[in-house]
Amino acid sequence: MNITSILTKKGTAVFTARPEQTLRDALSLLAQHNIGALVVVDEAGRPVGILSERDIVREAARNEELFGKTVGAIMTRELTLGGPQDDLNSVANVMTARRIRHLPVVDGDRLIGIISIGDVMKAQRDEFQGEVDTLQIQLLKDPADPIRPR
Amino acid sequence: MADATAPLGSPGRPLRVAIVGAGPTGFYAADHLFGQPDLAVEIDMFDRLPTPFGLVRGGVAPDHQKIKTVTAIFDRIAAHPGFRFFGHVELGSDLGVEDLRAHYHQVFYATGAQTDRRMGIPGEDLKGSHPATEFVAWYNGHLDYRDREFDLSVERVAIVGVGNVAIDVARILCRTPEELATTDIADHALAALRRSRIREVYLLGRRGPAQAAFTNPEIAELGELAGADIVVHPDEAKLDDLTHAALEQTPDRATAKKIEILQSYAERQPSGKPRILIVRFLVSPVELRGDDAGKVVAIRLVRNELYATPAGTLQPRATDQYEDLPVGLVFRSVGYHGTPLPGVPFNDSWGVILNENGRVLDPETHQPRLGEYTGGWIKRGPSGVMGTNKPDALETVECMMEDLEAGRTLAPEAEDAEAAEQTIRQRQPLYFSYEDWRKLNELEVARGQAVGRPRVKFTRIDDMLAALGRVQPDSELAGASAG
Ligand SMILES: Cc1cc2nc3c(=O)[nH]c(=O)nc-3n(C[C@H](O)[C@H](O)[C@H](O)COP(=O)(O)OP(=O)(O)OC[C@H]3O[C@@H](n4cnc5c(N)ncnc54)[C@H](O)[C@@H]3O)c2cc1C
Ligand SMILES: NC(=O)c1ccc[n+]([C@@H]2O[C@H](COP(=O)([O-])OP(=O)(O)OC[C@H]3O[C@@H](n4cnc5c(N)ncnc54)[C@H](OP(=O)(O)O)[C@@H]3O)[C@@H](O)[C@H]2O)c1
Repeated sequence: MNITSILTKKGTAVFTARPEQTLRDALSLLAQHNIGALVVVDEAGRPVGILSERDIVREAARNEELFGKTVGAIMTRELTLGGPQDDLNSVANVMTARRIRHLPVVDGDRLIGIISIGDVMKAQRDEFQGEVDTLQIQLLKDPADPIRPR
Repeated sequence: MADATAPLGSPGRPLRVAIVGAGPTGFYAADHLFGQPDLAVEIDMFDRLPTPFGLVRGGVAPDHQKIKTVTAIFDRIAAHPGFRFFGHVELGSDLGVEDLRAHYHQVFYATGAQTDRRMGIPGEDLKGSHPATEFVAWYNGHLDYRDREFDLSVERVAIVGVGNVAIDVARILCRTPEELATTDIADHALAALRRSRIREVYLLGRRGPAQAAFTNPEIAELGELAGADIVVHPDEAKLDDLTHAALEQTPDRATAKKIEILQSYAERQPSGKPRILIVRFLVSPVELRGDDAGKVVAIRLVRNELYATPAGTLQPRATDQYEDLPVGLVFRSVGYHGTPLPGVPFNDSWGVILNENGRVLDPETHQPRLGEYTGGWIKRGPSGVMGTNKPDALETVECMMEDLEAGRTLAPEAEDAEAAEQTIRQRQPLYFSYEDWRKLNELEVARGQAVGRPRVKFTRIDDMLAALGRVQPDSELAGASAG
């Protein structure tokens, strides 16, 4: 299973912000769309950072005037990017090891989506559940299996 | 007749749902719907084929009968009084989305992935180069593919890809006629495979053994074939440094087991069985070569090395080493691909219906389309075993229940089952009911019993109609749509 199998059921909209936008704008986007992070992109639409709830909380704890700050000033700049063909197992390992909650996904230079660690965990859980169910089906009844008799 | 004043989903006014596609996803969705507490629901399930069960009948390998017992579960679901099956009714030709909107409160598309992905290399369309999807459909007796021809008189075959479908294809090519004759493989395929002169079968993986998509029971089974020795090159079974490091950092039992199996194959000596099955790693096809008649004679491979992407996946990268493998037949098994349904928003590059957790989205507004849902391979793409479609269908059914609760359903002009059936009968007078299927099933099983096989499939619609005693009416209407 790869990242595509998550993106396929997330629609195609990716919510983005520009570095020069204010935090107030960013917050209303997060609230309006009920999401946890925005991908910050440059004029060409290339990801340059990510702004997550965490970044905002961290800033709010030390700065009363955070609303007027720009997205670029408080976003996380070290970005790990995923590709549609990345295997979910390695993605899960990397996200856990680097404590990344949101992974923007690019196809070449183009931003095509964002997945969260929750998405990855759910996909893995569903896959596991599906495999268990499939095994159960096979144990359920034991019809005459011509080649592999039990 | 429904009572228009009763709340939707109550016994006086059942929720009417159309499920398009009678594969595992369609049945799991029906099961989740029937299992909702305090919901009265009527389900009409459609399939373009006269027979139900999607890839369970037309995909799962004939020598893997055990997984097919899942149909016993589907039979129980179909026995629910609110369930009707309309086989041989295709969305797009026989019925349109507007017909479904006119008769149902909610519509669930579960049409699977109907075609194949391409490799995108020169020579892909030469004679003797085929998608694995077609070979699989042919040996399983899918009506649309029963007249395909594959040249099994050649000695060497390459299968591109190392997923479980590639393994199925390799196994069927390597089975002895005696083994095949105890399965429910289609008669035409059994006859053709009896005459097969294939001696060498290559499975071509573009990454290393640790990254191979096949699962452990499937690769283990290849080591036990009666008629073929398995061969793995020791240098290709060895782990590269990157894989080694990744496994050190995050050990993974399934992968360790997979490597162990492959390395044990690398140590084996062929025992002189009639066929050999060679599993290759770290090679990608770059071109198919043809002769003057346009028929495949070789596949050109490039050797790959692995590199780590930023998100930690080991991916293949071509080196400058090439080799030519002489083969007379090539099956590409690089994945299935969904096809759009007329009038339903689609994402072409992924081959899925545009959706969010199963709610079909409007391509302009990205907002959910009222009353339209999707599940299974046409929702998330062509991956996952049978059972994976169960949580997937549940996710969608939860959206359907949420929307019903909020009053967001279609408002069909005709709310009763009778009216729907009239429309269907008008469009496809030859439709097959579940009762028809039960009879066909009994007949197939009986034909099988007579010759020591699980079943002998009907592979033509005319034979099915004749077996049911439903002679084809002479009207032009029926004649035109009997294909
Ligand atoms: C070759 C192969 C072998 C497999 N073997 C196994 C296995 O051994 N074990 C396992 O657990 N999993 C196996 N799988 C995976 C499993 O088959 C799939 O996960 C599952 O079938 C997907 O279910 P689905 O209902 O989404 O699609 P499908 O099973 O493809 O069902 C879709 C249905 O929709 C119908 N349809 C399509 N278009 C229309 C239309 N326009 N109108 C009406 N009906 C339409 C089709 O005729 C079909 O019946 C295999 C898959 C393949 C391809
Ligand atoms: N017995 C069973 O349980 C069973 C049987 C059949 C199918 N299934 C399930 O059905 C699903 C579909 O199976 P599948 O085999 O079609 O898909 P799959 O598991 O996705 O495998 C596709 C294979 O093709 C390779 N590939 C893709 N593009 C390629 C290219 N351009 N060149 C070379 N190789 C390429 C992939 O390699 P990469 O990994 O490098 O991308 C992979 O090896 C799977 O989930 C499978 O488990 C299960």
